[in-house]
Amino acid sequence: METAIEGKAFAPSSGEAPLLSIEDLQVSFYTYAGEVHAVRGVSYSVKKGSSLAVVGESGCGKTVTVQSVMRLIPTPPGRIKGGRIIFKGKDILALSEKEMQSVRGKEIGMIFQDPMTGLNPTMNVGSQIVEAIVKHQRVDKATAWEKAVKMLEMVEIPNPKVRALQYPHQYSGGMRQRAMIAMALACEPDLLIADEPTTSLDVTIQSQILDLLLELQERLGMTIIIITHNLGVVARLANEIVVMYAGKVVEQGTSSQIFYRPLHPYTHALLRSVPRLDRKTRTALASIPGTPPDLFVPPKGCAFAPRCPRAMKVCLEADAFPMELEKEHQVSCWLYHESNPRAAMELEKGGVAIER
Amino acid sequence: MGRYILKRFVFMLVSMWVIVTACFILMNAVPGSPFTTAKMTPLVRKQLEQKYGLDKPLWQQYVTLLKNLLRGDLGISIRERGRSVNGIIASRFPVSLVLGTEALAFAVTTGLALGVIASLYRGKTLDYIAIIIAILGVSVPNFVVASVLQYVLGAKLKLLPIARWESPAHHILPAFALGLTTLATMARMMRSSMLEVINQDYVRTAKAKGLTPTQITWRHCIRNAILPVVTILGPLIAGITTGTLVVERMFGIPGLGRYFVDSIYNRDYPLIMGTTVFYSAILLLMTFLVDVAYGFIDPRIRLAKGRAD
Ligand SMILES: Nc1ncnc2c1ncn2[C@@H]1O[C@H](COP(=O)(O)OP(=O)(O)O)[C@@H](O)[C@H]1O
Ligand SMILES: [Mg+2]
Repeated sequence: METAIEGKAFAPSSGEAPLLSIEDLQVSFYTYAGEVHAVRGVSYSVKKGSSLAVVGESGCGKTVTVQSVMRLIPTPPGRIKGGRIIFKGKDILALSEKEMQSVRGKEIGMIFQDPMTGLNPTMNVGSQIVEAIVKHQRVDKATAWEKAVKMLEMVEIPNPKVRALQYPHQYSGGMRQRAMIAMALACEPDLLIADEPTTSLDVTIQSQILDLLLELQERLGMTIIIITHNLGVVARLANEIVVMYAGKVVEQGTSSQIFYRPLHPYTHALLRSVPRLDRKTRTALASIPGTPPDLFVPPKGCAFAPRCPRAMKVCLEADAFPMELEKEHQVSCWLYHESNPRAAMELEKGGVAIER
Repeated sequence: MGRYILKRFVFMLVSMWVIVTACFILMNAVPGSPFTTAKMTPLVRKQLEQKYGLDKPLWQQYVTLLKNLLRGDLGISIRERGRSVNGIIASRFPVSLVLGTEALAFAVTTGLALGVIASLYRGKTLDYIAIIIAILGVSVPNFVVASVLQYVLGAKLKLLPIARWESPAHHILPAFALGLTTLATMARMMRSSMLEVINQDYVRTAKAKGLTPTQITWRHCIRNAILPVVTILGPLIAGITTGTLVVERMFGIPGLGRYFVDSIYNRDYPLIMGTTVFYSAILLLMTFLVDVAYGFIDPRIRLAKGRAD
């Protein structure tokens, strides 16, 4: 029987060139304790108009990866050691700092995790948005201010004319995140990166902000990369998913592939750790046993192997590489390698571990 | 904001009253009187004491003092024959004020600039130079700085006048000596404040907007970093004010400082009280103004208190 198993790394998934593609990105932090290998060869890409979610336990390198795209990694201690980041055909890592300034805010907008500290406390919110507009567009202050008010209106801040003149401390957490979104979108960027935009907000506000992002994405046809812990968020917002573990991508595919046909044992574990409303009995939330590896000395095998219920001998000795097992669905796991005689069977049943 | 200012103002008045009372008690508790050193017959002394009201019971003296102070009358000096304390202050203080202002302006601008530069070049040569200046400035007392400057720049190199208060060139050394400590403190505070601000999330947000480093530094870093530094301006101005007492003496500058020191040796009660009240008033007023200024710069205070009204 012919299987779809081939070791094709970074296989382009479709014909048209993606808006952004990250290729074999490596980022390290040089600390007193040694080199932290935060990102160890990450590759993923996002097509124009698509929304990509990046998931994975905290500390797995999601933030570092997207901050590399914006070249916001503090150097030192951080250093981008290798790889390429191709955005609209140009390599971001090769741009000068000056050229980078016209990418930031104008072509790529970014929303950060903590809206409470992300705004300048001594500058009114309107001015902070105006600053971005004036920087990238040839408009006078008055026009920019009007635009800023319009942006606040767009993110559904009530009474935007008055609110624009207020300071961040007069805004609630949810409103601040709305203001951050307004600021990130003020110059109509091609790509919006949202790094855990709702994590620090309370639940009802979280869903409001998500609704807003969803609506804006539809209305503006925006391309979004959203980082989140919350798989509920992913299900609602993303049409592609990247699963990261210990500085690497372990699986990526379309939203339905990942949710309905997850292949990597880590993805299984991640999905099992989500509370399910459809289960009648309150089964205990399966948290993944064990801890992620030490990134000072990354293991030579698969980083998940020590916690993996399906780990084999080879997993401890060598790391798997990305294999495209079905269209647009890549996974890095030895279970599916052709050297495993049961690979085809594993693929058929989706690598599910025998329930303990 | 209005209530905040009112509260600060009342606090200032209460402090003033405490200082006057403490000064009155101490002055009378210290042995000796204005007339102990002068040779005079008991009769003459008695007449003099009568003239200055020193023969009255203390509580009466205290009440009279408060009454006069409320009218802004600081009394007549005992030593400076018949000159009013108000008159002495009016004629001498302008010189001290000029010196103090020059020292302060120099110290604040240079100190802030030095702090900002040090923080932007953290760990580099410029940073170390700034740190060395800051350490020297804080640890070396101003009279030492003054004498070293006088010796090197004045006596040896003959670049600047050693003493006296005549041409603008005469202002340079004393203003420098007087301002150095403040400069150093400002630089140190501003540096650490900047380093803290540079790592704040909103600075990253500013960078993500595509602003240039210069725009980020001016609009986002300095603006926020300067807030905590403004609060120490009060004590720093106090330092400069008291510094004038020493520096004026060393450079032979005809300011008010000399009178303040001499009045104590001479037990010139009205002059002690007058200069003390005057200096305290300046310091309290400065602290008050700094507090108000802080309230105006920081929208969190300005607006929060505004709403509470
Ligand atoms: N400034 C830094 N200095 C040292 N290590 C860092 C720094 N920033 C991130 N790291 C390390 O990089 C790894 C990935 O971090 P991050 O991308 O923030 O994870 P997350 O997936 O939660 O966003 C973590 O192990 C973290 O300790
Ligand atoms: Mg993160």
